[in-house]
Amino acid sequence: MTQDLSPSASQRAVDIQEVRKAFGANVVLDRVDLCLDRGEVVTLLGPNGSGKTTLLKILATLLRPSSGRGRVGAFDLLREAESIRQRVGLLAHGSYVYEDLTAEENLRFWATMAGLPADGGALRKALAAVELEAVAGERARTFSSGMKRRLALARALLGAPELLLLDEPFAGLDQQGKKWLEEALLAFKSTGGTVLMATHSFGRGLGIADRVAILAGGRIVLDRARTSLDLEELHRLYALHTENGS
Amino acid sequence: MTFARRAWIILWKDLLTERRSKESLNALFFFALLLLFLFEFALGPDRERLVAVLPGLLWLGFILAGLLALGRTFIVERENDCWEGLVLTAGDKGAIYLGKLAGNFLLMAAVEVVLLSLFGIFYNVDLWPSLAPLSLVILLGTVGLAAVGTLFGAMTSQLRARELLFPLLLLPVQVPVLLGTVKATEAVFQGLALADVGHWLKLLAAADLVYLLVGLLTFEFILEA
Repeated sequence: MTQDLSPSASQRAVDIQEVRKAFGANVVLDRVDLCLDRGEVVTLLGPNGSGKTTLLKILATLLRPSSGRGRVGAFDLLREAESIRQRVGLLAHGSYVYEDLTAEENLRFWATMAGLPADGGALRKALAAVELEAVAGERARTFSSGMKRRLALARALLGAPELLLLDEPFAGLDQQGKKWLEEALLAFKSTGGTVLMATHSFGRGLGIADRVAILAGGRIVLDRARTSLDLEELHRLYALHTENGS
Repeated sequence: MTFARRAWIILWKDLLTERRSKESLNALFFFALLLLFLFEFALGPDRERLVAVLPGLLWLGFILAGLLALGRTFIVERENDCWEGLVLTAGDKGAIYLGKLAGNFLLMAAVEVVLLSLFGIFYNVDLWPSLAPLSLVILLGTVGLAAVGTLFGAMTSQLRARELLFPLLLLPVQVPVLLGTVKATEAVFQGLALADVGHWLKLLAAADLVYLLVGLLTFEFILEA
């Protein structure tokens, strides 16, 4: 197994090669290559079951690839999971929210678990960033799914991660919430953060992307700069690849 | 320091969640009460018979209540996939095990205090003279039960047949603890000094130590599996 250790490679936020993941006989990812430069926002499109969540979980070190190699930042995906976990924020399908704790208590819990300062000021600032400071003392059980999504994003942003992995981040958000999330992601990008966002919809999210990749049949079948594609062309290519490939 | 802080926050979270939801405590108290009624009906008013089986009954109550409580310990982590969040936290996962274990120990201790008091009232047994040595036996037995129960609770929480598998895994491993606790409790009720059952207490302490070490060393693999 060889690794590309050139200076350009170390500037990448994500660099995976030939990554394959199979669950028994079911091959979900089949030799996937994907690179993200630091500060880049990439939208990963694909139909349900195309392997988007699996790919995000591999990058977050929740799953180990069956084969292949890769790095997240300067760290090896297989051997340096602990270091990667300290630098990655994951917004997954589940919100990781404890329903019987308040918003502030939830953040206190996750901040402490991550070894971060968990004083009231820092937590309230984190809640203010996702516009939840007014409900900081209310139990998560009373929150709408959009509010839980915001709380989940606040958790993912704790400790200022270098890379944000977002799985269907706009699901459950109303129009105002979607607009707010786009702005929050742009703010994250402006600080040098990298974003990989998986979605199966063409709604929000494409507007802030630097690149668009399509995952179909377990493979990246298209990876292009967002500016090189208009929405109509993207729809056409998506239909073409997903009908043939998935 | 971080290890202790992380173990503490797990304990704090579990106690706060339980205080607010009261899911386990309410169920366990009713279950304990139900058990006492059943034992009362099954044994009748025969005092001699009752005194002979009291240690076994007491620990049967603790074990059954423990099975209910410990089997649920990681179910709360399944809600909203919090389990994944725990996996993703960097650092020694033994802190999560220790925090969960402490929470389970306190929950079981609360139920045991109630059960013990009710035993005294229902069966008209004067527990005061033997309270100190009995507390030591219960402490050692509860640590052993909670240590293995926390580990197996984590192991089985992802399985579909967890309610079946949890007691099947837990009870055989608990044999040394059950033997030690029942024998030591019997001696305490007979008014013997703890020194007379020192070998059982040593067995209990050794089993606790082994279970704790195994739990701390293997929990990371169970969490990541």
